[in-house]
Amino acid sequence: MKFQLIFDIAKALLIARWKQTLVAAVGVTFSITMFVALLGFMNGLNNLLDGLILNRSPHVRFFNEIKPNPDQPIEGFYGEGMNIIRSIKPSGGLLKIHNGGAILENLKNDPRVLGVAPKISLQVFYNVGNIDITGVINGIDVQAERSLFAFEDYVTEGNAEDLENISNSIILGKGAADRMLANIGDVIQATTASGDRFRLRVVGYYQSGLQDLDNVQSYASISTAQKMLGEPSNYMTDIQVKLNDFDQSPAFAREMGPIFGTQAEDIQMANAQFETGSDIRNMISYAVGITLLIVSGFGIYNILNMMIYEKMDTIAILKAIGFSGLDVKGIFMTIAIGIGIFGGGIGLFLGYLLSMGIDQVPFETEALPTVKTFPVSYDPKYYIIGGVFSLLTTFLAGYLPARKASSIDPVEIIRGK
Amino acid sequence: MEKKTVLEAKSIHKYFYNPTKAEVLKGLSFSIKAGEFVSVVGKSGCGKSTLLYILSTMDTDYKGELWIDGEPMRKSSPTYLSRIRNEKIGFVFQFHYLLNEFTALENVMIPGLKLGKYSKQELEHKAMEKLRIFDMADHATKKANQLSGGQKQRVAIARALINDPLIIMGDEPSGNLDKKNSDIVFGIFQELAKEFHQTLLIVTHDPDFAAGTDRTITMEDGKILDE
Ligand SMILES: Nc1ncnc2c1ncn2[C@@H]1O[C@H](COP(=O)(O)OP(=O)(O)OP(=O)(O)O)[C@@H](O)[C@H]1O
Ligand SMILES: [Mg+2]
Repeated sequence: MKFQLIFDIAKALLIARWKQTLVAAVGVTFSITMFVALLGFMNGLNNLLDGLILNRSPHVRFFNEIKPNPDQPIEGFYGEGMNIIRSIKPSGGLLKIHNGGAILENLKNDPRVLGVAPKISLQVFYNVGNIDITGVINGIDVQAERSLFAFEDYVTEGNAEDLENISNSIILGKGAADRMLANIGDVIQATTASGDRFRLRVVGYYQSGLQDLDNVQSYASISTAQKMLGEPSNYMTDIQVKLNDFDQSPAFAREMGPIFGTQAEDIQMANAQFETGSDIRNMISYAVGITLLIVSGFGIYNILNMMIYEKMDTIAILKAIGFSGLDVKGIFMTIAIGIGIFGGGIGLFLGYLLSMGIDQVPFETEALPTVKTFPVSYDPKYYIIGGVFSLLTTFLAGYLPARKASSIDPVEIIRGK
Repeated sequence: MEKKTVLEAKSIHKYFYNPTKAEVLKGLSFSIKAGEFVSVVGKSGCGKSTLLYILSTMDTDYKGELWIDGEPMRKSSPTYLSRIRNEKIGFVFQFHYLLNEFTALENVMIPGLKLGKYSKQELEHKAMEKLRIFDMADHATKKANQLSGGQKQRVAIARALINDPLIIMGDEPSGNLDKKNSDIVFGIFQELAKEFHQTLLIVTHDPDFAAGTDRTITMEDGKILDE
């Protein structure tokens, strides 16, 4: 009952000064629109860039690295410490993961694991006329690569399936293909490190967006790679794991590495810097959005102050007929928050429209073959934050003027006439 | 039967400190009984308005004691005083203090809505009745700033009556009106006193007006000259 009256009086004051109110509301609308669109755009970009790394990378990778033998004979005599005589060099065959098949089974049965993909990396020379171009062929399990790393998204021409359907086939990195003038359907020659020559049919191009990668990396099925190396079908050099929970990857790597007797690298160790980039981009967009809101807050503050100055008489009458300071404060807070809800609500809606607009803008770049328009995030989080902020600023901007109004002395106004 | 005392003031002192310390009210004491029509007269600047602001509880910066309806006002909280003003005092100013954002009818209803004793429908009915008494029913839906001065003052009086106050206070309520309109306002007060036994305390400059009231308090230089 009483709030209804306060609300009605606030509404009447608002309508009586609707032009000023509109200006104040437009300020809030503008800043919320920009806030939501900016954060949506920034985070769309962030997600895209993160995805570039995250989607392509295993959470944990098991592999063997060529390292010097950790047991150097001198330590047997002098113990640990600064022993600078080291003699035992790395020995061959270390790249192979022992018991690969068993490890794969073991990982597949682990409840924390989303999926597993074995891989073979092999160094080759592509023989182009008289010259040899170095390259790396990744022998992959096409099905697993597709489901875990969206492999087919990066096969810009040709068909990823063909790797398994056509024997001795290869998907060339776009950079490497361009250098070799290799078209789809052509047959190229590759020489392995041990000197064996193979003829491989090109069935597609691979383009990741990272130039260095595309110049070197090519893909073949894991069985083709095993054939090239002359290894049996349980040979693999890498086991890539995706976990259900991304954040568990460091712990998982630490736990399983020693058990399997391999190196275990987790994604956070491998890409320590990428989180920092997203955080900073986020911070910048919040800073810009909040600055806009503060500016609009000053607008509201000004307009309420002006309104109170104009409505001195009204305030004096209200107090004379029995409204308390608290009631008067409530009236002006209602006005401020009304502007916030109205302006902010429209701002959220326009922000959504603007996001959809940005989403339509073509954005095609060589580096990002899967992206056709600007990426935009519609995460409701930003709309909630925007809404809360608009209420918060209008509340703060309204508080001081409302307090001033509540402390107006009616006697002074009435006597002043 | 002894009539109830509506308002009692005991040695009211009021000082202003700006520009220099000045004692404007110098120990006023008097009381008003239920149903009395009292007028206050005195030279300009003798402190009539100052006294009225204190009696209406809007000014709390004074020395002395004030009882309204038997309750001491001296130590009450501002919120409580607001309630007293809303419930027990009807105030009519010299200038027509109406809320220009609202219609005449709404202006009359607002103190009633604030009190919350009656429903909106009941109040609308009541307010219409008051406006009808003052011949203002036809103008009920006009915005306050569309009314003439005399009409505004009649609406203001109707507003002062809406909560059936214990006492109506007026500070030269007809001071800003022409002869015809001030006669109308005076007639209204007479009618309220006679027919409805309304207690009234009205500051005036008009000797004819004062002569028509039950009792006249004459002030001079911050004191009551005679009763
Ligand atoms: N805020 C103030 N500060 C200082 N002095 C004041 C203030 N308000 C009123 N006064 C002084 O107090 C005295 C009484 O003023 P008040 O308004 O009560 O007179 P009044 O009897 O109502 O006069 P009038 O008949 O002209 O309305 C005057 O001398 C006035 O100058
Ligand atoms: Mg006066």
